Order: sequence, then C-alpha cells, then structure tokens
Amino acid sequence: MDSPPSSRPTDRMETWLSPEEWSAVRLSLQVAAVAVAASLPLGVAVAYLLARGRFWGRGALDAVVHLPLILPPVVTGYLLLLFFGRRGPAGAFLEAHFGLVFSFRWTGAALACAVMGFPLMVRAIRLSIEAVDRRLEDAASTLGASPAMVFLTITLPLMAPGVIAGVILSFAKAMGEFGATITFVSNIPGETQTLPSAIYALTQVPGGDAGALRLTLVSVVLSVAALAASEALARAMKRRMAAP
Amino acid sequence: MTLRVNIRHRQGEFTLDARFSSDGGVTALFGRSGSGKTTIVNAIAGLVRPQEGRIEVDGAPVFDSQAGVWIPPHLRRLGYVFQEARLFPHMSVAQNLLYGQRFGGRTARGGASLADVVELLGVGGLLDRRPADLSGGEKQRVAIGRALLSHPRILLMDEPLASLDEARKQEIVPYIERLRDEAVAPIVYVSHSAAEVRRLATTVVLMENGRVTAFGHPDQILAEAAGDTAESFGAATPVLPGSVMAREAPGLLRIATPAGELLVAGNGAQGEQIGVRIAMNTLLLAASAPSGLGACGVLSATVTRVEDGGGAWQGVTTRIGDADITTRATRAFIREHGIVPGRTVYIVVTKAWAESSALNAQS
Repeated sequence: MDSPPSSRPTDRMETWLSPEEWSAVRLSLQVAAVAVAASLPLGVAVAYLLARGRFWGRGALDAVVHLPLILPPVVTGYLLLLFFGRRGPAGAFLEAHFGLVFSFRWTGAALACAVMGFPLMVRAIRLSIEAVDRRLEDAASTLGASPAMVFLTITLPLMAPGVIAGVILSFAKAMGEFGATITFVSNIPGETQTLPSAIYALTQVPGGDAGALRLTLVSVVLSVAALAASEALARAMKRRMAAP
Repeated sequence: MTLRVNIRHRQGEFTLDARFSSDGGVTALFGRSGSGKTTIVNAIAGLVRPQEGRIEVDGAPVFDSQAGVWIPPHLRRLGYVFQEARLFPHMSVAQNLLYGQRFGGRTARGGASLADVVELLGVGGLLDRRPADLSGGEKQRVAIGRALLSHPRILLMDEPLASLDEARKQEIVPYIERLRDEAVAPIVYVSHSAAEVRRLATTVVLMENGRVTAFGHPDQILAEAAGDTAESFGAATPVLPGSVMAREAPGLLRIATPAGELLVAGNGAQGEQIGVRIAMNTLLLAASAPSGLGACGVLSATVTRVEDGGGAWQGVTTRIGDADITTRATRAFIREHGIVPGRTVYIVVTKAWAESSALNAQS
C-alpha cells in the first residue's frame, strides 16, 4: 500500500503543528467566522439605528453597544456566564426552547467573540452610514424606489466599505479574544481552546515554548493576511466609485 | 396634465405661502435664491412635507393636510432633476438610466424607451462609463434621462444648469427645449436666471420671500420682475375682451377678440372669457391687410384719432372694445395712405398674453 502523498499543504501544516495546536487554529477560525457572520446583520441594524434613528434611549443603546470596549474583558466574560450560563436567565431559556448551549462549548466562545467585536463592527459601519449622501437616497425615492429598495440598492452598496472594515475588525478581534472567552467558556482543548488560550496554556507548561512560538507565528500570519485583505478590498471599492 | 399647488410651510424664520397651477409646457418658478422655489419643488416631489395645504396632480391629491393625504415620493411618479446631478456613483451610466425601471408599476406604462432617451439626450457613447468619469454637462444629461425613463407624470427640474459654466449650459439648453417642444413631459423648472426662464418657460410663477407675487407669460412677468413694465410695454397695457377658441399647445391659446383672432400665451379652457393684454411698443401699423406673418395676429380697427405732435412720428389711435390702442407711424406714411379718423387700419400684434386669471380662478 502506497503512503498518502505528503505534499498537500494541510498535511505539512499538520506535521508542523501538533494535533492540539492544529485544532486550536481551526477552532479559532471557526469561532471567529461564526461570531462575525452571526453578529453582522444585528451590527448593520444597530449601526443604522444609531446613525439615522431619532428615538428615546438612543444614547443608552450607544452606551450598551460600547460597554464591551471599556469593561475589563473578564467582567464581560463573567456577565456572559451569569446570563448565558446553563442557570442564567438567557442560557436556561435558549437551552429549553432551542437546545442551544453556550457554557463550555465552542458556541459560547463564538458568543464571547461576537460581543467583544460588536462595538468595533458597529463603529465602522456607523461611520460609513453617516458618510452616505442622503440626497442620493432622495433621488432614488423620486425614481420609484421604496424605502426598503433605497436601502438595498443605494445605502447598502455605498456603505459597503464600512461593512467590510467592520467585518475585518471584528474578525481580527475574535481571533485575538482571550479574557472574556476564557472566563465564560474556560480553556478546553478541542472545544473552547482558541489560539490565544492555547498560547497561554503552552506558556504555563515546561517545554511549551516551541509550541507557543509556532502558534504566535500563525497568529501573526493570519492578522497580516486579514489586514492585507481589508486594504485590497478598500482599494477596489475606492476604484469602483471614485468620488462623484 | 394639471398641477395645482396651494401650500403653507414654516421653516424657522421663513414662511412659504404659495399658490399656483400649471397645465403643461414649462412652468418656471422664478425668483431670487431663498425665495422658496426649491421648497415648493421638494413639496411637489414629496421630499418635504408642508405643514398645510394641498397639492394635486391630474385632479388627485398627492398631499392634503385636511384630508390627511400624504403619498410618499416613490409612489408619486414625478421625475426630479436636481441641481447636482445626483447620479449613483456605484452604477454605470446605463444602470443609472434604467434605475427607475426596476420598480413596479412604471414599466408597464408607455413612454420613452432607453433608445428614445439615448437619442434625445445624446448619451449613447456614455452608457458604459461611471458617473465619476463624466463632465458636468454629461452628468446633467444622464440625470435628465434617468428621470424621464421613470416615466414621470411631471418632470421637476431644480436649477439644473446652475452648477454648470456657460458653455455647458449652452450644451444642455437645447435638450430641455426638445423636451418642451416634443411634449415629452410637462416640466416645472426652478431658476433664478431670467435668461433661462425667457428661453425655456411657457408660464412663469414669480416668487418673492416665500410668496407667489405674479403668474403669467414670461415676457410679462420678467418685465414686472425687472420693474420696467411701463418702459417695456407702454404705460397702459390695454386689455381686449376675448374668448378662448382653442388651446394650440401647452401655454398657447387661440383667442377671438372683437377685432380679430390672436395667438396668445396663457392658460385657459375652450370657451372661457379671457382678457388679452398686448404690448403697445411692439405694435406695427399697416394700411392694408398683411398676410404671411409669424406674429400673434392682425387686428383690424377703425381710426378714432390721429395725433400731430409736430415731429416725424404721429400717433394713430383706434378703439377696440374699451381699449384705446395707439400706434406710431411716420408723417409720410399717414399722408400717403390717407390715415384719417374713420378709416380701417390693421395692427400687427407681436407680443400678447392672456390675463393671468388662473391664479385668481382657483380657490
């Protein structure tokens, strides 16, 4: 029997990283992707409300959204544990009605990352909504576009650069989130041990330095890639709609 | 198409109280900046909601504060060309032009096709370009085409030339004249430029400090606006009694007067009794009935008086209805043709307009 070809990149990665380290990388990417995808619609909605809404309690909403940015991450994690733990009000409800469990699961890590990245996402999107020329929206409405169509065909495409910036920021935040995650869902290899948690764990054991260094390198590469992707996208956007 | 506007709106220190109507052609809202013209057009389009009043298009209200009617802009089917073209920067010119056709209810109706509009506005070579790559004049032409392709009942234009230099203006004006002359769409045209209004408008609504101060034919209103009525048209511009025989074109009536038919600028219904004002200093006296003239018409009347002022020119007065019409002729002409009281003469009218009754008629 032939040995499997060893030239595939994942194989090389798997031989370079230990199985635990590799699973931390994979888990981090999964947690960050789910956190960003699940929070994006809410992020756009909240950013729109904050940018355009005139309602009572707008200041309070603004404060709540920004809270994770200023609270110590451990506090945010502990609050998540209180509310979304199995005995917390939200956690018990979600488990009873949707079978959704957060505590000590990767879903909980995604929730923690989404909450921590939310203020960054909302800020970026909000700025881009405020930059959209409302006179273009008026023009679209005189051409027969309903408010929903105006949003989909004019506002959303014009604020796309901000949405992309928000997605990248919140993805990067999720890849690096540590304090809230470890407080809320602990540091369980294969379930909740993301890249930062794995690096932290490796630095706590004798002889873990080499592993910590390898994961650090992966972290740096992923961050630089995210930054490069966002720059490239921003340039493409700018080309597409150079100032009117 | 008929448009009736009767609105009141307060914005800080500024109060708008405007009432006018239009039944086609190009109705110009004319006045200084800050006189409330743009607010009126925004109210017609539905971008501003006036505090009080009623706006009616083709007999149906799009806004009525008493009845609580408010039709949102996207359901009004009114095209709007803004001062800054407001093209969508993330779409090509073709996508901009066709934007209005995406929305239900507008495509089913007849009206200009993309090919028509491309030909009318000369934008065929621009279709694949982005708005950022267009000149100011090209942008404005695309904006006009985009509004036309949404098949509006009325085309609203808010200072569409104001942001362009003189050469670009000259590039756009002929296209707007084509819209008017080919009756593509009735137009409400906001401008503070007398030259534009004189060239494009069929009816003028003069605005001052949020109020309509005059309404009627461009020649008359522009003269009044310039404060030189007496100078331009003679101290007493006489009123002839008339009745509307036919509406020849938007803003152009054929009116029967006791002394003959006249083609006259104005709005009115067939059979309506309407006064006709004629510009005194533009009249021409003829001894025999002239024909083949491109004028408003020729009146025939009997001479009541010949004035001898002692100079080379003499005044010849005739009476039509209650009006004394005085024209001037050279002494030689009067001698040669035997112009004496009792003789029939012909008066060529080159400038006349119907009394602005429409403003007062609606309540």
